[in-house]
Amino acid sequence: MRSLIDILELSTEEIEDLMATAADIIANPKKYCEVAKGKKLATLFFEPSTRTRLSFEAAMYELGGNVLGFSEAQSSSASKGESVADTAKVVSCYADIIAMRHPKEGAPYVASLNASIPVINAGDGGHNHPTQTLTDLFTIQAEKKRLSNMTVGFCGDLKFGRTVHSLIAALSRYVGINIVLISPTELKLPEYVRRDILVKNRIPYKETNNLESVMPELDVLYMTRVQKERFFSEEEYLRLKDSYILTEDKLNAAKSDLCIMHPLPRVNEISVAIDKDPRACYFKQVLYGKYMRMALIMMLLELSAE
Amino acid sequence: MKIDSIKNGLVLDHITAGRSMDIYNLLKLGDLDCSVAIIKNAPSKKMGKKDIIKIDADMDLKLDVLGYIDPDITVNVIRDGSCVEKKHLELPEKLTGVIRCKNPRCITSTEQELPHIFHLTDRSEGTYRCVYCDTMAKKMHY
Repeated sequence: MRSLIDILELSTEEIEDLMATAADIIANPKKYCEVAKGKKLATLFFEPSTRTRLSFEAAMYELGGNVLGFSEAQSSSASKGESVADTAKVVSCYADIIAMRHPKEGAPYVASLNASIPVINAGDGGHNHPTQTLTDLFTIQAEKKRLSNMTVGFCGDLKFGRTVHSLIAALSRYVGINIVLISPTELKLPEYVRRDILVKNRIPYKETNNLESVMPELDVLYMTRVQKERFFSEEEYLRLKDSYILTEDKLNAAKSDLCIMHPLPRVNEISVAIDKDPRACYFKQVLYGKYMRMALIMMLLELSAE
Repeated sequence: MKIDSIKNGLVLDHITAGRSMDIYNLLKLGDLDCSVAIIKNAPSKKMGKKDIIKIDADMDLKLDVLGYIDPDITVNVIRDGSCVEKKHLELPEKLTGVIRCKNPRCITSTEQELPHIFHLTDRSEGTYRCVYCDTMAKKMHY
């Protein structure tokens, strides 16, 4: 029995297998519509995340399975003081697999140590969110037809954006990756990520605070939201939130096959006018996420469509 | 300077000079009834100078804790006046209940009964990270 807590627990071969399954689901959805019949996914969301929860639930339903769970801590036993370990043991009696979102870092790991069924980390605080990274990798693979030999730009909040850190770590395992980090000084990539991932793996990278100057180089542009809850003062948030807004003008210098991504929700960092641009991939990214979660549920439940 | 040899007990050798009192306190050697000798700044070919602790009784040492504090220490086990075993310490792979995670967002901050566990992620740098939240432990300075 296996869980998924951190994206780096998956080898690149396993990620390739998951992407192949996801691609096959897209091509042959009927083949998979009863694969998880009789199985139950428990979505244990100790903090609200409608997007991720719906993605997991849609994934399970499309595999023919069922879903139970809760969407905020107030409606769970946690509000009565139950430990994560106990919750995991109890839910193991009701379901076949758990997707857990928790504000405390390491909570899904604790659950995986105590559950008798697989646990998927659906986001733990500012720590890991492996299914978002799988989504991002599959989006790049599906849109660019490769995960190697490309220049990937990350723009916005690179300091607190865990999706950025995880995706950089995941991409560092592929050859020919160049990273461009575009952010205001206050929101630069943390030193430990730069040192432990980029320097350690000898990934060429550069840092800039000017999006337009690097636009022509990029094959992928990963935009991020400057999250209000990450700031200590409202004043600081207001000063930085509009720093890196992607507009049609800025896209003029971009490659014609640029892939624009965003983990969503978007506030105003990508102009709505860009939504119609064929290079905008962020809504397709949501769809790819569902297929990747379907593939992951199948892998962890050891299900096959054959 | 001459300190009598011990008959049965332990000699902690190659302690980084100046750290012996910290180790004495950490291992609560002051609570022992037996003789304990601390030799500070003893000449050492390898280290220039070193500290040594001699404990004139058998006791269970927490070798992982000792290895974490000072991995260069050698523990000599003495039986009938002879050294029967030399234990060379190294940084332990895992430390349970030695370092506390300081990350307020870590699950250990709210679930008090969870053991604080750190694992060695970079031996050359001596880096330990919390197994739950990956927060790096600050190097212990005694």
